[in-house]
Parts: sequence; structure tokens; C-alpha cells
Amino acid sequence: MTTQTANITAVRSNGFAFIMALTVGVALLTVSGMAQATVLHDAAHDQRHAMAFPCH
Amino acid sequence: MAKNLLSSAVFAGLIAGLIAALLQFVFVIPLLLEGELYETGARVHFGADGTPVSERGAPGLGGEWGRHMMTVAFNVVTYTGYGLLLAAAMGFARERTGLLITAKNGLIWGLAGFIAVQLAPAVGLPPELPGTPAAEITPRQIWWICSILATAGGLALIAFGQSLLMHVAGLLIILAPQLIGAPHLDTFWGVSPPELSAEFVTHSLGYAAIGWATLGYFVAFFLARGETD
Repeated sequence: MTTQTANITAVRSNGFAFIMALTVGVALLTVSGMAQATVLHDAAHDQRHAMAFPCH
Repeated sequence: MAKNLLSSAVFAGLIAGLIAALLQFVFVIPLLLEGELYETGARVHFGADGTPVSERGAPGLGGEWGRHMMTVAFNVVTYTGYGLLLAAAMGFARERTGLLITAKNGLIWGLAGFIAVQLAPAVGLPPELPGTPAAEITPRQIWWICSILATAGGLALIAFGQSLLMHVAGLLIILAPQLIGAPHLDTFWGVSPPELSAEFVTHSLGYAAIGWATLGYFVAFFLARGETD
């Protein structure tokens, strides 16, 4: 019984970890590759072209 | 687990981002700066005098250190972002299928990431030299994201699917965004020599492949290490 509970908890926390990693990853990529705000676009410009993000 | 995913992605993103930035400064940024000469009109190809001949040669990196530091910083951000997606995918596959994650097979994960995120979208939307007019940004971004999701999903079906049917379905899903087609203008507007645009495409793809292979290797390396601690 105790083992079962521990297993369920472990699986749940891993699911959370995957979703957290995906969310933070997408947030970082939005900033570095997608956001069109002028300041961001200009600073990231060369990197966006070099990494083939669809740029301006 | 969350800490392991995060730290693996941050360390791997830093290493891959710095290596990718270094390669870009040697091979990609000079072409980009050369393209800007045509974008601004400092050089003219297909001139009105009917002689489509222009000098070859990049202007050099110049003294714009602020600009280049930004390129390094954003490479690290981008590779860390992709590293987080890779780490989540590796961790999920390990949990669901019992797959062993090692630095060596991390290389394959990285190259699969390259195919999904760089190569497949570039088939429809070739990497653009500055000064290349293109269709509206939003539909291109939507197609770009859809082609990445479709290619990643298709590759996962091929890698983890248990039957031939699933493998064929994977291939069809990979082809779907290409069959639908990326948004393009009805006319050609490019101002730079075609050779320069072609070189920019091959260089940016080639060095992104090295960046992604490095990223896959190190995300897996740190993920595996984090599990044994």
C-alpha cells in the first residue's frame, strides 16, 4: 500500500516536471524567436536570421 | 525530476548556444552582413545597366560588439529553450518506454530535433537573408510552428510506433504541412545575388545541425548524470 502511494506521487510530480519544462522552453523561444516587439526584434535580429525563425 | 530537466537544459543550452554562436560568427553572420549591403542598397545586383555582376566578399564583423553580444546571448536563450523541450521529450520517453538515455543516443535526439525544428520548416520557408521580402509574418509563423509540431509528431510515431501502419502515418504527418504549402508571395522581390541566398541557407542549416547535435548530446549527458546522483 505504501509503495503504491509513493509510485503515484512520483508519476504525478514527473508529469508536472515535463509540463513545466515545456512551458518555460516555449516562453524562452517566444522571447528569442517569435515576439515582434521592436526592442526584442532588433536585439535578437541576427540570431533569428541565423536560426531561421520567420523574421519580419 | 523538474530540477534535473531544468539544469540539464540550462547547461546544455549554454554549451550548444556558445558553440553555435561561434560557428555563426565564422560562417553565417558574415553572409548576413553581406546580404545587408544589398538590403540597404550599398551594393546593387541586377543593376539597371543590365550587368548582373557584383563583387563577392563579406564586409567583416566590424566593431558592433553590442549587436554581436546580443546574438550570443539570444543563441543561449534559444538553445536553452529547445533544450527544455528536448529534456522534457527525453524524460517522458524514458518514463513511458523505459528507454535508456545516454549522451550517445542523445546525438540522435538532437539530430531529430534538427530535422523537426530546422530542416522541415526550411523546406517550406527557406532561411531568409536580410532583404528578402516575404509574405505576412503571422501566417508564416503559424505554418512554421505547425510544420515543427507535425514533423516532431511524425518522427515520434516512426521512432516509437509499434506497427508499419504507425510508421506510414508518421511519414504522412511529416509530409502534410509541405503538401498544404507555406505562405509565399506571388512575385519574387529578392535584391541579393541568388548564390549569396543559397549559401546563407546551406550555412545556416549546416551549422544549426551541429548546434542541435551538441544540444542533444549534452542534454542527454546531464540528464543521465542527474539520475545517478
